[in-house]
Amino acid sequence: MGKLIVHQDKVTDINAMISICPFNALEEKDGKLEVNAGCKLCKLCVKKGQPGAMEYVEEEVKTVDKSLWNGITVYVDHVNGEIHPVTFELLGKAGELAKKINHPVYAIFIGSGIEKKAEELLHYGVDKVFVVDAPELKEFQMESYTAAFEAFVNEIKPSAILVGATPVGRQLAPRVASRFNTGLTADCTILDIHENTDLVQIRPAFGGNIMAEILTPNSRPQLATVRYKIMDAPERSAEAKGEIVKISVPAEKLKTRTQVLGITQKQKEKSIENADILVVAGRGLKKKEDLDLVRELADALGGDIACTRPLAEAGWLDAKHQIGLSGRTVRPRLIITCGVSGAIQFVAGMNNSDNIFAINTDPNASIFKVANYAVIGDIYEVIPKLIEQVKQGKGVKA
Amino acid sequence: MEILVCIKQVPGSNKVEVDPVTGVLKRNGADSKMNPYDLYALECGLKLKEQYGGRVSVITMGPPQAQAIIKEAYAMGADAGAIVSDRAFGGADVLATAHTLAQGIKKFGKFDIILCGLQTTDGDTAQVGPEVSEQLDIPCVCNVKEIKGVEGDNILVDMEMAQDIEHLKVSFPCLITVQKDIVQPRLPSYLKKKDTEDREIVMYTLKDMEDQNKNNYGLNGSATQVQRIFPPTSDKVQVTWDDPADVLAEKIYSTIKSRKLLG
Repeated sequence: MGKLIVHQDKVTDINAMISICPFNALEEKDGKLEVNAGCKLCKLCVKKGQPGAMEYVEEEVKTVDKSLWNGITVYVDHVNGEIHPVTFELLGKAGELAKKINHPVYAIFIGSGIEKKAEELLHYGVDKVFVVDAPELKEFQMESYTAAFEAFVNEIKPSAILVGATPVGRQLAPRVASRFNTGLTADCTILDIHENTDLVQIRPAFGGNIMAEILTPNSRPQLATVRYKIMDAPERSAEAKGEIVKISVPAEKLKTRTQVLGITQKQKEKSIENADILVVAGRGLKKKEDLDLVRELADALGGDIACTRPLAEAGWLDAKHQIGLSGRTVRPRLIITCGVSGAIQFVAGMNNSDNIFAINTDPNASIFKVANYAVIGDIYEVIPKLIEQVKQGKGVKA
Repeated sequence: MEILVCIKQVPGSNKVEVDPVTGVLKRNGADSKMNPYDLYALECGLKLKEQYGGRVSVITMGPPQAQAIIKEAYAMGADAGAIVSDRAFGGADVLATAHTLAQGIKKFGKFDIILCGLQTTDGDTAQVGPEVSEQLDIPCVCNVKEIKGVEGDNILVDMEMAQDIEHLKVSFPCLITVQKDIVQPRLPSYLKKKDTEDREIVMYTLKDMEDQNKNNYGLNGSATQVQRIFPPTSDKVQVTWDDPADVLAEKIYSTIKSRKLLG
């Protein structure tokens, strides 16, 4: 909290100062250096500028008594009581954080007819599960869910709240944060906690090109959202521990200015562009029947099958499975190419994939240039063994 | 019907780097553009106006240069525009941004529908829309994949959820954030651009706001503080495995599993 003051007498080179600012927030006006509205107070000009030219002045800050706010809370994301797995991952993280500062772990579960389902949470290291159960909360509506959340925060005063970055979490968390005039950090990838209970929130900024470490130092509760599959879920303990506590919210508080007219199940459009996992068949395959092997691997991994252009042209697979400039552009979390050489037209359609495994017998195959894991081997030997591994890992008999 | 679309000027490219030695943010190219997600919101607004009549206004918050995107919105068909700009607004996080925008919106007029893009390409949080709705105390629906139409003082929308589509009737005034690809945004028209060259852009600074407390704006009004920025430790691995088939299979599987890539 503070502001920047320009000491004009210490400015020896205005243009040099202007060029320091990455936000173009320094400008020249009537021969004087000025700070404009683009300033993000990164203070680079103070650090890198001409000595004494820029001064950062601290201003009085509002403070909060942090000792009054206790507990690391996880918002229980669910659809009709079916708990989303991100919830368990966050409970694992909450447990770690809570241990460091000796706080309890809480869960807040909002919905209708969910009390029974709350018991499952007691297997994941939670001290108390707070349940707001009311018929008005059957479907997600921002206003009613926020009201329920508000009642919980007012009653329990949690220090930090972790919310899964699901379609619900991503709209509920900001509304709640705004109601309490507090901070919210989206899509954190790393979370830690200081002794003074400040949550250390690290998230990618500018499309992941920069990481930012963010604190919410002067307000409580601290809110953060985290995407699914970022944190590790703890093992489910056989024994249930902790208690379930009901919070009741008066019905008139749950009134909304929206009305749910109906709900329809989403049609699952299977297209390789939306796939999380892809197994790609290339010209290393000797005959059409061998696609079954690739397909079996895709099925075992819970992914889809895709192919290169020659295979689509030969009619082995429909063109909608084809990756590349003349096919589809894909960005799955996992892609395994099998016997794909890696022509640039193909690579252009998949090189933004998160994790690229390439299996090819030729150590000089150009696909290995983009692969994160260059696997030199024969697909006819590796794939069956891999399928076996995956099936074993899933507890399915190979 | 009074429609407002919130728009933002964003850097033309996300390609920024931190100099590992000096810690200075290096931005390539200073060019900027309208947040691509906002184009969809603007197009939805223009379509609603064409179908039901009314006016489409746009509002943005940012440095004075951000007027460029209001001009762009005019060239697409927006009727009025305002920019909220003041040095006191600098360094705002989501909370302070939402507060400032809400203050600006209150000053700008009374609106039946406020449309926002799902998120921005620079901040990437998707949080400002719902926070603005809270500051204005109006209902809000995010993730809208289809606007079905207007019925009296209500708008009918489809919200995309993880497994379902929720069909909602939302009463005016309300805030809606729309998904990418909900409609195909039109291109700016040259004739409209010529026509609107001299059209006014309203400028609001701190002294125009209902809330005059400067501690509620900019960095002072921000609940979150960036402690430091640093280059990501690249988890981009490039390894080569040349082993017998069973070892390769084992390595692939254990890597997939430890990186949580299984479906």
